[in-house]
Order: sequence, then C-alpha cells, then structure tokens
Amino acid sequence: IMFATQVHGDNGKMKEYHYTGPVEHRFSPYSFNGGTVLAVAGEDFAIVASDTRLSEGYSIHSRDSPKCYKLTDTTVIGCSGFHGDCLTLTKIIDARLKMYKHSNNKSMTSGAIAAMLSTILYGRRFFPYYVYNIIGGLDEEGRGAVYSFDPVGSYQRDTYKAGGSASAMLQPLLDNQIGFKNMEGVQHLPLSQEKALQLVKDVFISAAERDVYTGDALRICIVTKDGIKEENVPLRKD
Amino acid sequence: CRERRELPCRSSSFETPIKYGRFYCNFIILSQPCPIQFVLSFPPGFPPSCSPSVPLPFTMSHGTTTLAFIFQGGVIAAADTRSSCNGLVACPASQKILPVHSHLVGTTSGTSADCALWKRILARELRLYQLRHGRRLSTAGAAKLLAHMLHPFKGTELCVAATLCGWDGGERPSLYYVCSDGTRLQGELFSVGSGSPYAYSVLDGGVRWGLTVEEATSLARQAVYRATHRDAYSGNCVDVYHITSKGWARRDREDQLQPRFQKSWEAV
Repeated sequence: IMFATQVHGDNGKMKEYHYTGPVEHRFSPYSFNGGTVLAVAGEDFAIVASDTRLSEGYSIHSRDSPKCYKLTDTTVIGCSGFHGDCLTLTKIIDARLKMYKHSNNKSMTSGAIAAMLSTILYGRRFFPYYVYNIIGGLDEEGRGAVYSFDPVGSYQRDTYKAGGSASAMLQPLLDNQIGFKNMEGVQHLPLSQEKALQLVKDVFISAAERDVYTGDALRICIVTKDGIKEENVPLRKD
Repeated sequence: CRERRELPCRSSSFETPIKYGRFYCNFIILSQPCPIQFVLSFPPGFPPSCSPSVPLPFTMSHGTTTLAFIFQGGVIAAADTRSSCNGLVACPASQKILPVHSHLVGTTSGTSADCALWKRILARELRLYQLRHGRRLSTAGAAKLLAHMLHPFKGTELCVAATLCGWDGGERPSLYYVCSDGTRLQGELFSVGSGSPYAYSVLDGGVRWGLTVEEATSLARQAVYRATHRDAYSGNCVDVYHITSKGWARRDREDQLQPRFQKSWEAV
C-alpha cells in the first residue's frame, strides 16, 4: 500500500526523483485515483461515459471500477478524482434522494439533484471532497441535461463536458465536434444519439492513447425516456 | 399544501437574535458531537477555528474582469465569461453576473463556487427580509448584510469580491463593492478582477453622467473587450446587464471573436 505523500505532487502525477536534501513527508488525506468522465446531452437523450481504470501513482488497483453511478431512472452521475470521496459522496447523495422521495413522494429531478449536490459540496468548503462530478440526465421536459461541477460546488448546465485526468485533452475535441467552435462554413446539425455514441467511443480511445490514467474499458450509460441502458467497450490495457 | 420537512440539523441549533438563516448540515458529520457552537448552525469545523492545514490538490477558479457604473439611465454591469483554473479554461461560458432579485444584480469575482453560493444565501436572506418586514432591503442594506455574513470567514481562503448594483425604492440607482476581506464601499464606478486595470483605463476616459443607454452599453462592452485582449485570465464573451427602475434587463451575450466587434474598435 502506498501512502499518499508529497512524492505524488499536487495533481497526483509523480514528481521527478532528484535528491534535493532532507524532505519532510506530510500525510495527505487526499490521493489521486485517475479516471475520466464525459457527458453529452442531446435533444431527448443524455450519455454519461467513464473509463474503468482505478490507479494510484504507478500502480493500477483495478481494471473494472466504473465511475458512473445511477441515481434515479433519469439521472446518472460520473465522479472522478479521489475514489474514497467518490464513494462517500455517492452514498450521501443516495441517502438524500431517499429522504426526498419519502417526504415529497416523488423522485428528484436532474436540476434539483444538481442544486443539492452544489450545497453538499460547499458544506465541505474548507476540507473539500476531491471529486470532479458531472451529472447527466433528462430534465422535466424530457430534454438532455448535463451539469458539471468543480470540487467545491460551483456548477452550471452544459451541453457537453469532460472531467477527470484526460479532461484537458477531451474538452477541446468536444468543443470542436459538438459545439462547432472555431469552424467556419459548417452546418450546425443537432446531435443524433448514434453519432453521439460513436463520438464518445472515439474520444475515449484517443484519451486512452495519451493519458496513462485512462484505459482498460469504457462504460457508457445512455439515458432516455425508456430508461438507462449500459454498454461496455474495451480500451487499451497498457 | 406541502408539509415543511424538518431537517435534523434544525433541532441542534439554538435561538439567536440575529436570524441569519440555516446552513444545511452534512449528515455524515452530524453523528459526531458538535464541538464549536456557532450562532449560525454550520456543520462542525466550518469555519475552521485554526488556520487550514490540509493542502488542496487542486486550484479553484479565479481571474476575471467585471465592471459596473452609474449613469443617468440607471446602472450598467458587465463581465467576461471565462472561468479559469490554474491555466486551464474550466468554462468558457460561465455567468459572472447573477441576479439577486428583480432590482438587484451582483457581479462576482474570486472563487466561482464561493460567489455562486454566497449570492444564493444573500438572495435567500433578502427574500426573508422582504417577507418579514414588508419592504425590500436597499442596496446599502444588502451590501452591509453580505459584508457581515462574510466576516466570520475573514482570514480563511474564501474569496468573494462582488459589486451589488441595484435600484432603491423607485428613486435612484446605487452601487456597492463588497469584498470578503471586509471592504464595503459605495461608489459610481467599480471594476473588479485581474483585468480591472485595463477596464478602468477605458472607463475613466468615457464614463459621464449624460451617456445614453446605447453609448453606455457599448462603452462597457469595449472596456471588457480591452481587458480580455490584454489579460490572460479574462476572455470569451461579454455579458451586459442594465438596471433601471423597472428592474434588470440582460443584453445578448456577444462573442469576442465576431469580426463586427473588432471592426468597431478599429473605427475608434
């Protein structure tokens, strides 16, 4: 078992090993377990996808640890970052969903879950959950909705968002392909479910090529009014 | 009618003459006894009684350009829309001007989570004031309330720098700057954020009382555009809000890359 010490550096990547003199190793309650999450919203569907690799430093703990969690029939959350905080946070969200269901006699909508998660995260403003959350689901009118969060609770509704270790690689690609940014003379067609699915698979294959913390397999959750469908796609295992 | 749901945390707080409202507790923490009894029922350890010692493995969003000024037609508030996080643009389309109620708008600068949540708390407290006292709190009162709510967190890493732009009681516009370090200032022109020096230079040259609404809007847009041109942490689009006696009105978001924008600068 490796302790999470200063050797890992601030963003979880290993620092270069040079002898610079005596170093004080402080215990850090955080650890970076890698993983990438992606969510895309369409006209009447939402797709939440994540890789299934759980790593720490140079080791891989598990090749089958997906980061998408089903919350309700219309909402899926993807959590990446520190796995311990991901587990606790999803347990807290599940408990709050049950309480809401019991006192209000209806399930929480995606927008309500997003607002609630924002206050849960901000409640730990001075010892935050080290989790990058993305919620994907259907709103009250049946349209796809994606809500992206930062670790302390700032959130907003998007059409697409990538989070986690490979987010900086995936987000520009999504900006170009789904948002049509920096493209001239191109027709802005609405995104169909098949095209979105293919794009998500391609994008994760690219991420697995270039990011060491992303790979092994891809778990895709497709949210439509008929329910949530899951799909598994293998990725690079090296 | 719907029943009020009693949260467990309400029973653990006690009555105080200063009714700031409740903060939702984290339910996992409730199982431990509350070591610090605050008048505001925050979860234990919030705010921390000692300096924070847990080094965070991530950085939070900072860096912006926001501005607001008063003129004969009311108040104009403008801001860019880029949210950056240690060199990465976390969100190119964030909203930095948040309406608090129909006649009050706040621009935000600092950590985006802090600004969003504290604006929400301010909106709730103003609404409670309105229900309890039958009249809307003035902008000066809202600024004082926000400054006093942020005071317990002075010295922590909370970072909120907001300008509250509002129209008081059907009479006159007012503009207040509130900062989490305790500053609370009234003025007629403020610019906040990493791009504020560039915005100030444009505004100081152009703001007059007698501007028309169109001139004021385009001046605000120009100021933000200049700042985004020079400041790395400001960019993307410009949001403009106009507050009058009838309330706030939002202008369409304009993308900085549009050639019409650059042409209008060349004409100046």
